[in-house]
Amino acid sequence: MDVALQPSPLAGIATRDAMLARTLRRFHIGDRTFGALTLISAITVLVILAGVMISLVHGSLPAWRAFGFEFFTSQSWNPVTEKFGALPAIYGTVLTSTIAMLIGVPISLGIAIFLTEICPERLRRTIGVAIELLAGIPSIIYGIWGLFIFAPFFQTHFQPALIDMFGNVPVLNQLFAGPPYGIGLLTAGLILAIMVLPFITSITREVFETVPPVLKEAAYGIGCTRWEVIRRVVIPYTRVGIIGGVMLGLGRALGETMAVTFVIGNAHRIMPSIMAPGTTISATIANEFTEATGDLYTASLVALGLILFFITFIVLAAARLLLMRLERQEGR
Amino acid sequence: MIVSASKSNARYARRRHTNLLATALSIGATGFGLTWLVLILIVLVVKGVGGLSPSVFSEMTPPPGGEGGLLNPIMGSLIMTVMAVALGTPLGIMAGTYMAEYGRYTKLTMIVRFINDILLSAPSIVVGLFVYEIMVRQMGHFSAWAGAVALAILVIPVVVRTTEDMLLLVPNTLREASAAMGLPQWLVIRHVAYRAARAGIVTGVLLAVARITGETAPLLFTALNNQFFSWDLNAPMASLPVVIFQFALSPYEDWQQLAWTGALLVTAAVLALSILARMLASKRMPS
Repeated sequence: MDVALQPSPLAGIATRDAMLARTLRRFHIGDRTFGALTLISAITVLVILAGVMISLVHGSLPAWRAFGFEFFTSQSWNPVTEKFGALPAIYGTVLTSTIAMLIGVPISLGIAIFLTEICPERLRRTIGVAIELLAGIPSIIYGIWGLFIFAPFFQTHFQPALIDMFGNVPVLNQLFAGPPYGIGLLTAGLILAIMVLPFITSITREVFETVPPVLKEAAYGIGCTRWEVIRRVVIPYTRVGIIGGVMLGLGRALGETMAVTFVIGNAHRIMPSIMAPGTTISATIANEFTEATGDLYTASLVALGLILFFITFIVLAAARLLLMRLERQEGR
Repeated sequence: MIVSASKSNARYARRRHTNLLATALSIGATGFGLTWLVLILIVLVVKGVGGLSPSVFSEMTPPPGGEGGLLNPIMGSLIMTVMAVALGTPLGIMAGTYMAEYGRYTKLTMIVRFINDILLSAPSIVVGLFVYEIMVRQMGHFSAWAGAVALAILVIPVVVRTTEDMLLLVPNTLREASAAMGLPQWLVIRHVAYRAARAGIVTGVLLAVARITGETAPLLFTALNNQFFSWDLNAPMASLPVVIFQFALSPYEDWQQLAWTGALLVTAAVLALSILARMLASKRMPS
């Protein structure tokens, strides 16, 4: 028998060592590769945001070169003479979002108060989910529903009443001047108000639930009514979080596209009446981008997109900073 | 004595009235919100069910006045959704993994979380413009690829957020136990952390699908629309939301009917997905 064929115990150890070393190397390389891949992915998130900014700036350059700062102040929007200004669109965006906030915020707070303080435990989950489903309905559904169902109803039942009611009041009769079209800035604002409800409600609910029960119990203990507890304890304690939630809703309202596109009326002018047709930044882009002929027209629409992105970025960043501050306070 | 007692009674009555009023108002607010949900769903069912027939699922979109269905937009939506999930999910999960595992306390994680939260609610039409600039303009034509990339950009922040949140919920003791047995970190993550957080991560992907199913704005000038169905990913592709948009605003009645039917289908799909995601999340993670 050949001795060399006999596997010596020493050789066994050697191969086992080699195997171990191989495994360890594999572990090491795997860790390096996987770690690097995750790092690259995380950085990709940042790259996307940077890419959005750079591409919008780049795409809108012709418009800035042609109009300069006047782009912000000009009211003309004329594809034939290639004169473009963003003011009507910015005005419409800000106005519709303001209407949405004026109506949406108190109602969202009401729903959040109901769900955290009043609602019986058994119904809480069901109603909470139902409200959140409002956020799940796609925005185009709000649009088609707003145009075919809500706007005609609003036109026949509410707008004439509003016009009559404020007809003799100075200032307000300008704001609520006819004719009742059904569609317009006010309708868009109302639909936006419904759309932001679930977003503001869900954040507000979350922050309401962070109030320590001891605080509330102490207030109840000295004889406060439920409303006084909410007004004097819950709301002051959660103020920062509420503002954060409102800003988040505002960010949504400013950038909302399809629902507004259906009911805004697409008029590039600023009317004193909030029932008049108007336009918003996002509606202008959605309506006109594919039909835009000529570089300057396209660039102007991209410039509108850049303005929208800039505004929403600031609002959303402020919202996040407020909510982050809250989390740090809680020591989470 | 009596005067002050009646005074304090009056004040007490006022406080109770205020309380009652506030309670009534917040119940009213909740009723207001629920009413819209019910109204929208009822209208969708009433208007949409009438148009539901087998031909909706078997025929292409018709020319005005013709007979037809929604086969090409349904297929287009499915294809682009699958592509978007295939592109966006791995990236989102990996980024979330970095934030929860490798770089939990790094500055980069904080920045990425901040930016990701902004992307989460950024206007989707801006994403459409972005993809138009980097893909459509460079290639010179609209394409299903561009539509899928635009949707993928909307998928990523949702998946990043849920992956990170779910991985952070995995107890560290699990990680330490497996690391003590000599597993390197990447295998700990793959075999222990992912497995523990699987239900949550799947929930995130479902929520992302629900989000992009109804998205219209980013598809308008990336995938555009197509009268016919084709497997060609370099060609424009129809999608349900864009067809709904086009048909609803058209003056033709049969197109408007198809738009309502499409709207019913999209909403049913989105709501089913979000309810499914919720059930999955609450079953596995009682929190």
